[in-house]
Amino acid sequence: MTRHTLSVLVENKPGVLARVAGLFSRRAFNIHSLAVGQTEHPEISRITVVVDVEELPLEQVTKQLNKLVHVLKIVELDQEKSVQRDMLLIKVRCDARQRVDVLQIVELFRAHVVDVAPDSLIIEAVGNPGKLQAILAALAPHDVREIVQSGTVAIGRGSRSITERALDRLTA
Amino acid sequence: MTQVQPKPQAPAKPRATTAARPSDPYNGKEMTGAEALVRALESSGTTDVFGIPGGAILPAYDPLMDSTKIRHILTRHEQGAGHAAQGYAHATGRVGVCIATSGPGATNLVTPIADANMDSIPMVAITGQVGASLIGTDAFQEADIVGITQPITKHNMLVKDAADIPTAIAQAFYIASHGRPGPVLVDIAKSALQATTTYNWPDRIELPGFNAGAKPHAKTVQEAARLLATARRPVLYVGGGVIRAGASAGLRKLADVSGAAVVTTLMARGAIPDSHPQQLGMPGMHGTVPAVAALQKADLVVALGARFDDRVTGRLESFAPNAVIVHADIDPAEIGKNRAVDVPIVGDLKDVFADLVPALEQEHIKHGKPDLEAWWAQLDDWRRTYPLGFTATQDGLSSPQHVIQRLGELNDADSTIYTSGVGQHQMWASQFITYEHPNTWINSGGLGTMGFSVPAAMGAQVGEPDKTVWAIDGDGCFQMTNQELVTCAINEIPIKVAVINNSSLGMVRQWQTLFYNERYSNTDLHTGHGTRRTPDFVKLADAMGCVGLRCESDADVDATIKRANEINDQPVVVDFTVSKDAMVWPMVAAGVSNDEIQYARGVAPEWDRED
Repeated sequence: MTRHTLSVLVENKPGVLARVAGLFSRRAFNIHSLAVGQTEHPEISRITVVVDVEELPLEQVTKQLNKLVHVLKIVELDQEKSVQRDMLLIKVRCDARQRVDVLQIVELFRAHVVDVAPDSLIIEAVGNPGKLQAILAALAPHDVREIVQSGTVAIGRGSRSITERALDRLTA
Repeated sequence: MTQVQPKPQAPAKPRATTAARPSDPYNGKEMTGAEALVRALESSGTTDVFGIPGGAILPAYDPLMDSTKIRHILTRHEQGAGHAAQGYAHATGRVGVCIATSGPGATNLVTPIADANMDSIPMVAITGQVGASLIGTDAFQEADIVGITQPITKHNMLVKDAADIPTAIAQAFYIASHGRPGPVLVDIAKSALQATTTYNWPDRIELPGFNAGAKPHAKTVQEAARLLATARRPVLYVGGGVIRAGASAGLRKLADVSGAAVVTTLMARGAIPDSHPQQLGMPGMHGTVPAVAALQKADLVVALGARFDDRVTGRLESFAPNAVIVHADIDPAEIGKNRAVDVPIVGDLKDVFADLVPALEQEHIKHGKPDLEAWWAQLDDWRRTYPLGFTATQDGLSSPQHVIQRLGELNDADSTIYTSGVGQHQMWASQFITYEHPNTWINSGGLGTMGFSVPAAMGAQVGEPDKTVWAIDGDGCFQMTNQELVTCAINEIPIKVAVINNSSLGMVRQWQTLFYNERYSNTDLHTGHGTRRTPDFVKLADAMGCVGLRCESDADVDATIKRANEINDQPVVVDFTVSKDAMVWPMVAAGVSNDEIQYARGVAPEWDRED
């Protein structure tokens, strides 16, 4: 099993996400993470799917995805040649005395505090999954009350845009 | 072993557009969504639809009543409407259309839709949906049919705005019939049918993400030609795609030029005439010994619109173990799905044949024709030693194979269409009838839907009124969908049904005989010889406005078939009472290698026989 990051450009139509997700679930693939949002072109949405799967079934699911009428383009993003980021929000219970320790961890990981209450902090951390695991490990001795994690978003390095060709198709 | 493109890439999707056509005469006219739906069906060239009205679709049925272009056939069950649309599409090559209301009407279409999806049948299913404001509220007769059919349609859509109806219908027909054919469902909210809109039939189909098919790659076609010109034991493994592509003439040329052996899968029977000297018959679980053996011993398999289904390959790892694989299909996702492919060709099979045949002729000019004499000596030996056949059963009742064989012999292959259900009778019908033309054999292959034959025959007869349509059915299948005989009787659709009545779920019973120590759990149907005959198929036929005939012995088979063929103004049902002990042979048991094929019970072919 290897981890793959797919960028799926789709027409911004109702039900597209369910169709894409359905093709993975039908084959009992576990979607590790999923992120959806508009692109620079409002009529195109971009779905980033991270899956743990062997090469051959991945090729099959990619071909099946290509058959979906609203799917415009699929690109697998190589770990090395792309920037991949997750976002993590962490609610930590801490009083004034513990806060110093927690803030030090925030500092070390170049995270941010986005909410402060007398007995808690909310930390916003952005990074690759490894970094986010590390900050969680560092915070483990503290009273972590709640975490929420986004799906991975990923973009290829360099000047090339994968939306351009998809857009050509929409406007040609 | 030649590696051309180890991993076929999906081709760039060409934009799907149709040539601009003259504006529709109704464009710009004010009308209801319901009228727009009927006009759109007319604009798409629809002449026959099968369906049942109900609450949510009711507005559409009012303008449908006035349409002079569309004949609506009121079926007795939505499943019947769906299979009829399939049979119609299969027989004619045109898109089949079925209509149902929301909720249970729509869910009753699920089986035909799944069936059409598996067998790549172009079909448009139109369902009513509850009013837009009620969607998601568990309203009366509400079902999320778009969600339900998402994995079993080529595409589906929910229409909530009357203005979108013409475009939705235009797209549905385009998608259903372009590229690899398949079913498209259009779910239309009742509120959209009732609203007023300005009709606008689109001049162009705008589907930027739809892949209507690529041109075959010249390099891979060239490589396929080179392989065909040099192989010593070549086999053309022909699937239903050849029939869907309307590419039988091209296949014939390729067979003639290459001299290769030809096997036709269950979905491809008739793609090349059975009388063609290179035709070895059907491969797979109940295939002929020559067809199965040819694939196992081949050094080159050229798969044409086939998908390496488990019923063909047996245990995949041991399928055609020595063969280089060329795989041509319009659907890139089929290539390499089950079996690694050495030479992938993505494209419409008509184009593939058009390119491949001349490329092969060039190879022959350059390098001479390959010597296939030893291969054909081997194949002919298998054909002589292991022909299809059957032995009379011990109980003195008719052999089902004999009945089916005589049906084939007493009907004209040029003007007869056969449909079947699923099970033993289906296998015998594919084995013992000689098919000379594409689209004359219509059955449920991929999904294996029992009850397919009667409604599919109805659809085929509507599409091809001048042909004789025989539904070859089993007593189990027949009891699932026979209500459509009422539809046939009332609408003067004179199909003929041969119920191969062995009083049991025969194929399941065969497996119980072979693999479950003859413990016949729940396979006895009490319809045959020496039973209460419940129901009595002759009386049932009569009650449904059909002629019912019964045939109980081999001696009466010919006369009964002739009698049935003389009746052309009414549907006919013949209850052929046959032995329940007849079994389908040859057989490769599920999950084992095709090398383990049994010619008859306990009889394995001797592969390397010297003589």
